[in-house]
Amino acid sequence: MISNISAAIKASRAYLCMECGKCTGSCPVSRFNHGYSPRVLVNKAIRSDDLDLLKDKNIWACLTCKLCDERCPAGIEYIDLTLATRLEAQKIGEEAMCSHGGAAQTLMRIMTSPDLEQKRMAWIDDELKTAESGDVLYFVGCLPYFDTLFSDIEVNTLKAAKASIKILNHLGITPVVLPQERCCGHDLLWGGDFENFKKLAEHNINEIKQSGVKKIIFSCPEGYRTFKVDYPKYFGFNIEVAHITEIISDAISNEQIRLKNFNKVVTFQDPCRLGRHLGIYDEPRNAIAAVPDIKFNEMTRNKNRAICCGVSAWMNCSTYSKSIQLARLKEAKETEADLFVLSCPKCEIHFNCAMKDERAGKESKIETVQLVTFIADLIEETDK
Amino acid sequence: MRPSDNKTTQFEPKIVAFCCNWCSYPAADGAGVARLQYPTNIRIVRVMCGGRVTPAFVLKAFELGADGVLVATCHFEDCHYMFGARKAADVHKITEKLTEMLGIEKERLKLDWISSAEASKFARVAQEFTDTIRKLGPSQIRKKTLDNLKAEKTHD
Repeated sequence: MISNISAAIKASRAYLCMECGKCTGSCPVSRFNHGYSPRVLVNKAIRSDDLDLLKDKNIWACLTCKLCDERCPAGIEYIDLTLATRLEAQKIGEEAMCSHGGAAQTLMRIMTSPDLEQKRMAWIDDELKTAESGDVLYFVGCLPYFDTLFSDIEVNTLKAAKASIKILNHLGITPVVLPQERCCGHDLLWGGDFENFKKLAEHNINEIKQSGVKKIIFSCPEGYRTFKVDYPKYFGFNIEVAHITEIISDAISNEQIRLKNFNKVVTFQDPCRLGRHLGIYDEPRNAIAAVPDIKFNEMTRNKNRAICCGVSAWMNCSTYSKSIQLARLKEAKETEADLFVLSCPKCEIHFNCAMKDERAGKESKIETVQLVTFIADLIEETDK
Repeated sequence: MRPSDNKTTQFEPKIVAFCCNWCSYPAADGAGVARLQYPTNIRIVRVMCGGRVTPAFVLKAFELGADGVLVATCHFEDCHYMFGARKAADVHKITEKLTEMLGIEKERLKLDWISSAEASKFARVAQEFTDTIRKLGPSQIRKKTLDNLKAEKTHD
């Protein structure tokens, strides 16, 4: 048995599996893709030959949304086992079906070139105050690339980046934005490509150390998770990180932000990385609750029971993903919300893509907005 | 003379050309039949239609060490699939933006329209594009790969 897999089985406590099947019962993928079952994969990992597990195409179908971990009565960390399996599978040349012809992965691998002089700051306009050095860094992530790559579905994820800087400016913070930051490597890691993940991480850590910042703020939950969990784990990274929703929530409780009233119904999608991975459920809700006159309706499955947006790490996008997305959109619509508040750029891309699908009926069309953008647009400017 | 025979230090770029099956590929074929000379730096990948060339194709070529990428399709009016060449032009705009953001010089990526009767145009475009890339030098991404290879060799 490959030592890394046996170590992962131990660390994730997979050997405790009692085959109850709660994981498969709750898995959003299994609900539509009946060929996929986390339980079967756990059993394969424990019982059968490694190659049998590594060559199984289903190891790439997992969204790593952590819903099964949440429900597992034996407390098995299924996504950690999945990650270890993928890292090993990549070594023997197995790989996922990458969506968009692998364009996203290629972009990230190109970014591992140390000599690259990116031109990724064009979106910062005169209204946004940024600095070249300081204590606080705003980590943009891949948003400029996403907006260009997905211009056919007309998403504007950079709005969230602009809104984040606007909020930070409002709080008297002028954040540093690094012109040569790279992708955080989240998607390469979860796609099993550790080698390139490491290159990106080392580049980012080096850039950040050189800039001398003391705190990093994220608007992308995946970047936040990677910097908070994975960089310390693999590279001993130890700079303070925070998500913009945490900053907003703090600012609201300290009465640093006053919001205009908004007379509509909204609902909120917990992104898997922010919610189940890092346990941030209350901060976005505090921010929404602070808006005067707003009506907030929870979806049936919320907080730690929230359903993921259907694709992770740009892999295995399929009709199953579309089914997951459309079902989730329908759930959002059923709350009678006028506005579907999201807090992850990928949720925004995936849901908007699903709404453009020909299967999408009226029952699953709803206007989406990022939480930061939503809050930034409601800030009363006169209040300082 | 093959590039490898050239003992001078002239830089020999690697160029990937995506040529559509109905116009540009036959044009390249015609150039060969007519014995028109064009640089051997061009490696042709035949695609059924220029509209099939997504940003992923071009980026992958750059990732694997291409110094330049040429996308050659039919003229708008005589596209075999009616809309393919126009689609190629639309997609090309997205690819251009992405490569520019990545810091790859915009001259390294070129879209051109070459009909199957324009063998001489193919040879000319190939020559001009190769000259441009030769002036630009190796791409940043390729440089890295070469450096890594050198480092690995000295390490051995």
